[in-house]
Amino acid sequence: MAIDILMPALSPTMEQGKLAKWLKKEGDKVKPGDVLAEIETDKATMEVEAIDEGVLAKILVSDGTDNVAVNTPIAVLAGEGEDVSSAASRAPAQGGGEPPPAPGPSAPQQAPVPDMQAEGMAERPAPAERPQQADLSVPAAPSVITNRTGYNAMAEIPEGTEMVNMTVREALRDAMAEEMRNDGAVFVMGEEVAEYQGAYKVTQGLLQEFGAKRVVDTPITEHGFAGVGVGAAFTGLKPIVEFMTFNFAMQAIDQIINSAAKTLYMSGGQLGAPIVFRGPNGAAARVAAQHSQDFTVWYSQIPGLKVIAPYMAADAKGLLKSAIRDPNPVIFLENEILYGQSFPVPKLDDFTIPIGKARIHREGKDVTIVSFSIGMTYALKAAQELEKEGIDAEVIDLRTIRPMDTDTIIASVMKTGRCVTVEEGFPQSGVGAEIAMRIMENAFDYLDAPVARVTGKDVPMPYAANLEKLALPNVGEVVQAAKAVCYR
Amino acid sequence: MAVAARKAGRAASGTANKSTSNKSSTRGAAPNTPQFEKSQDLAAYNDMLLIRRFEEKSGQMYGMGLIGGFCHLYIGQEAVVVGMQMATKEGDQVITGYRDHGHMLACGMDAKGVMAELTGRRGGLSKGKGGSMHMFSKEKHFYGGHGIVGAQVSLGTGIAFANHYRENGNVCLTYFGDGAANQGQVYESFNMAALWKLPVVYVIENNRYAMGTSVNRASAQTDFSKRGLSFGIPGEQVDGMDVRAVYAAGQRAIEHARSGKGPYILEMQTYRYRGHSMSDPAKYRTKDEVTRMREEHDPIEQVRRRLLESWKLSEDELKAIDSKVREIVNEAAEFATHDPEPDPSELYTDILL
Repeated sequence: MAIDILMPALSPTMEQGKLAKWLKKEGDKVKPGDVLAEIETDKATMEVEAIDEGVLAKILVSDGTDNVAVNTPIAVLAGEGEDVSSAASRAPAQGGGEPPPAPGPSAPQQAPVPDMQAEGMAERPAPAERPQQADLSVPAAPSVITNRTGYNAMAEIPEGTEMVNMTVREALRDAMAEEMRNDGAVFVMGEEVAEYQGAYKVTQGLLQEFGAKRVVDTPITEHGFAGVGVGAAFTGLKPIVEFMTFNFAMQAIDQIINSAAKTLYMSGGQLGAPIVFRGPNGAAARVAAQHSQDFTVWYSQIPGLKVIAPYMAADAKGLLKSAIRDPNPVIFLENEILYGQSFPVPKLDDFTIPIGKARIHREGKDVTIVSFSIGMTYALKAAQELEKEGIDAEVIDLRTIRPMDTDTIIASVMKTGRCVTVEEGFPQSGVGAEIAMRIMENAFDYLDAPVARVTGKDVPMPYAANLEKLALPNVGEVVQAAKAVCYR
Repeated sequence: MAVAARKAGRAASGTANKSTSNKSSTRGAAPNTPQFEKSQDLAAYNDMLLIRRFEEKSGQMYGMGLIGGFCHLYIGQEAVVVGMQMATKEGDQVITGYRDHGHMLACGMDAKGVMAELTGRRGGLSKGKGGSMHMFSKEKHFYGGHGIVGAQVSLGTGIAFANHYRENGNVCLTYFGDGAANQGQVYESFNMAALWKLPVVYVIENNRYAMGTSVNRASAQTDFSKRGLSFGIPGEQVDGMDVRAVYAAGQRAIEHARSGKGPYILEMQTYRYRGHSMSDPAKYRTKDEVTRMREEHDPIEQVRRRLLESWKLSEDELKAIDSKVREIVNEAAEFATHDPEPDPSELYTDILL
């Protein structure tokens, strides 16, 4: 029977790729392990190997095709004894070669509501009904910036500036390269940052430009190399320490907190650590509990640290440049799912964004939605949905978590009287909890409803696709929370 | 005063490797304990005595309630830091753990500033915000003073990384104890230091007890000079009670690191006379053991005997040194007792630059 060869997923977060080159042609005999084609993703070029034996009956996606979605049939293989021409004539989407079912049931599932009373929590104005729209329960897929959002987001960029589209990954790389060109004291160290070009390709090309002295591959030694970075920073060098992911930084957290964050204070101001710890933070996709945690609030609790978690590429670039120049230790939290997303970035020789300033991403008058990093994808989509229902949401991108731009939040809440916070992290002691408290302290009398928070669920991240989806926040939850605080 | 020792050490460099025997060495070629010039013995005596008297005074002031929290005294181990410091040159850095008063004095940091930090006063080296375990001096190339056991090993390796990066020819002396030597990050650091040939000397101060746990009860390999073998890091055991042996080993180790050959390990076999901290009655060892160390191996007494016997100094001359040291310590204590506490506004300063 003819077998469809599908576009493979080559990483947990890959959604599409380029079919760079076929290495077999139609009519070729193929046995398991043969390299059929080369696939390019934004991170790497990978080979597709044959799993079954047969004859390559038909190539469905030709050399050089961009944006081939994962699981699209790219070729048809005629099985043993099968007639090649009849296999070849079969249209890709028909016949026996069914594409595998998408994981999880087709109807949207809902996370069971935890028993708030059992947790000792007061009942909140949480929605009794859960959203039914299938499109709202999809996990984070970054949204495009709508016209509506453009003007405020770009307010800090000089008028008439040329914008170029680039991915968050490229923006981060450019930020490091520019700062390294400007200052010989800046260097990058971490696992796979040099020869491998970065585990997530964020440091691509840096070794070639700056050499092995300034782009330093380390052993798998988080605790040790974090300490080495801090020691170097004590002497005035400006290390950028990349953690392959922030999950592994737990091994190094003593050096980050006790050595980097506290020494300036303990030395009476004599000895600081101008260091940036950066890397992907939070959930990627299908990598389960140990590799899917949002550490934002862990670091945001520590005096002596600055904590940044950008969403857009322009912020990623402008804030990383500021972080590298900052004389204090900075935790720079990236997001793997956002790495490949493209956004407009100003074409300026030296574009920086001040640390500690939130951005009003979308203006509105009815409810304030505060988020950061990938949480913005839910917030912005929710704002679009809410608009259809006549609710005009203001969306604030915190960008910096510590120091937190309380003024921008408070000014917005004074205008709207309502607030929903959105984050992927756990609920207890989360960023949302902190924002709610600050609003109580500064704008209690302006509130027309209790602050609501949308967070990741209070569970370790599950592996199963359906459970993972339930554990993350979704657009529907944000919409529902916003409607609840608007009493709609 | 410490600077005097450093200068004396430099002036007399090259006098190593004379007479008497040293303890075992993992490098095989056991170097002989060198004789000191008179100026070196005088300088070492002076600096060790300053640390001894300073620490005795600290103990007293702790008892009077003037010093709070943890206070770890260096009494008994003075030869280690003084001998090592004599082997350094200007620009070399020092980093250590929490038993750090001796290191600061040996680096030439002001006794008043150290003592005022112990009492938590505004004239303290960290403005009263760091305390006994957390003091620093960029000017004297002293990078702390770290309270987390073993953390200074990675940090010191990072300072050496910076020396390597800047190609400035400096070496970082990274001190830690037999207890810290069992921490994982020590070996992560050994690996990187050897891999990148960083100019760092790891000085393991083996005072036989990690708090209350003797080396034998905590370490599968009690020869700490061998702890770098799997990384190819040379090491040697040194009589850490003999300042001459320390100095000679320090010269070898520092020369090795400075010449681009990478890290070097010195296990200093030493002894602390007091408990782990002021609150430790040290019941895990016998009085007899302590007495024997004090009477037979005291680092200061060894030099004192040489000054009297070999260099023919009179008791009066030694007394003059003694009273000068006491004067410095008393002045420091006086200052630290009467200097005001930090202004309340200091609570919120120095958190970020």
